[in-house]
Amino acid sequence: MTRNDLPQDDLVSITDLSFAYSKESGSRKILDGVNMAIPRGKVVAIMGGSGCGKTTLLRMIGGQLRPQRGSVVMDGQEVHTLSDRKLYALRRRMGMLFQFGALFTDISVFDNVAFPIREHTQLPEELIHDLVLMKLHAVGLRGAAHLMPNQLSGGMSRRVALARSIALDPQLIMYDEPFTGLDPISLSIVGQLIRRLNDALGASSVIVTHDVAVSLKIVDYVYFVSEGKIAAEGTPDEIMSSDIAFVKQFVHAEPDGPVPFHYPAKDYRKELLNLP
Amino acid sequence: MSKFLGNFFRSIGHQVDDGIWRLGYACRFLLTLLIYSGISFRRFRLTAKEVYFTGVLSLIVIMVSGLFVGMVLGLQGYNTLQRYGSSDSLGVLVALSLVRELGPVMAGLLFASRAGSAVTAEIGLMKATEQLSAMEMMAVNPIARVVAPRFWGGVIAMPILAALFSATGVFGGYLVGVQLVGVDEGAFWSQMQSSVDFREDILNGVIKSVVFGILVSWISVFEGYDAEPTAEGVSNATTRTVVTASLVILFADFILTALMF
Repeated sequence: MTRNDLPQDDLVSITDLSFAYSKESGSRKILDGVNMAIPRGKVVAIMGGSGCGKTTLLRMIGGQLRPQRGSVVMDGQEVHTLSDRKLYALRRRMGMLFQFGALFTDISVFDNVAFPIREHTQLPEELIHDLVLMKLHAVGLRGAAHLMPNQLSGGMSRRVALARSIALDPQLIMYDEPFTGLDPISLSIVGQLIRRLNDALGASSVIVTHDVAVSLKIVDYVYFVSEGKIAAEGTPDEIMSSDIAFVKQFVHAEPDGPVPFHYPAKDYRKELLNLP
Repeated sequence: MSKFLGNFFRSIGHQVDDGIWRLGYACRFLLTLLIYSGISFRRFRLTAKEVYFTGVLSLIVIMVSGLFVGMVLGLQGYNTLQRYGSSDSLGVLVALSLVRELGPVMAGLLFASRAGSAVTAEIGLMKATEQLSAMEMMAVNPIARVVAPRFWGGVIAMPILAALFSATGVFGGYLVGVQLVGVDEGAFWSQMQSSVDFREDILNGVIKSVVFGILVSWISVFEGYDAEPTAEGVSNATTRTVVTASLVILFADFILTALMF
């Protein structure tokens, strides 16, 4: 099965997306002609090694970065041509979970989850109270509502941040490395939550990750990014049995392969002997 | 030699270029901040909270410093004035020095190191821990929600702190001058009352403190927002806030004094 066999109702479609960070020493290309689609109701994983442009891709979908070429269309709206007001309106329909949660450290767990609701709605405080507890209950942390973020473990912060990102029932939920630094139990809890919340909310999800084992269990479709391009794509089964060298190296965690163990350098012998 | 000179001038040129570019960026930042300031007044609780953090929590350092500066002025002033037999004018000397110069300037310097650095560190750390990004993705503008209230909180707190600095300073001068070294109490207060002009002295002092409040708050929020999102970046930004704000206060004080008096 290829992506074309999935139902063609895409919430987000990305066409020919290119992005480079410009630096004084010349520009470094991060993304180069990426095409991608996130179908409604599905969970899509974007995988690739560290620093291959996965997070940049998420920021591009959220309109926080502007591509040099190409477009991101969410629900019929081209993200980068929108005015600030419209972009903010569009973002109300997105939720994003940051790598380390990015909870506001000066307010309690309860207030963190209540934050987007209070900012965007005029609901009475009793209703906000109930909504927040429902969201926290969904991630299993209703009992932690009164704690401060610095009293939470890594896994708990991640779950609170997840509750916060679904506070306004978004259509699209984005996860930036949701599995980094979690113990095995928290890891599978977060993994299960991502799937369950996606299905319960009828949302679509994008997970940027390099954790193969957990994500292949919960996602519907996988994109592999390497050197700014889509190196491979397919359903989890296709990825597992793929014979593309890069994918094989990644899925089976081999230290050397198309992604070299050594960072590009001068010839070893010449460098040690100080030869030109 | 010519290569060395070339590099030397190039590095100066580069720094000047960098400085001008940064100044332009800071001005644009201020403009954006002003445009998005509506929320700071519509939801005044946000700003009031910042007035508490930057103002109320700076009270102790401001008032204790004010007291000591006033006491020193009392001692030194008495020492000098009595040589000319005019120690009765001690009240005027203390009050004018404080209201015109020391109040706004010292309060500004203390405010920059106590509250300005804290604001820079807070905004910088919020940036480093992606809290600002998270806010943006929640469709909440961080400039409107985080930066503007901190700016206005500082602008409101600073003149009040400067006034309190001057008031405690006058009290310190009174303690030393009247209670300790025995200047006549009636002369101390009445000369002060008759020689300190409301418009010429007090109002100009207030204007100074408002200007310093704007400058310090602007520098603190800008440095925080512009900080490199790493531990080192935030620490550099905090240092820059204190150094830049202090120099800018002293420079602006000179300009304002030249214009006013």
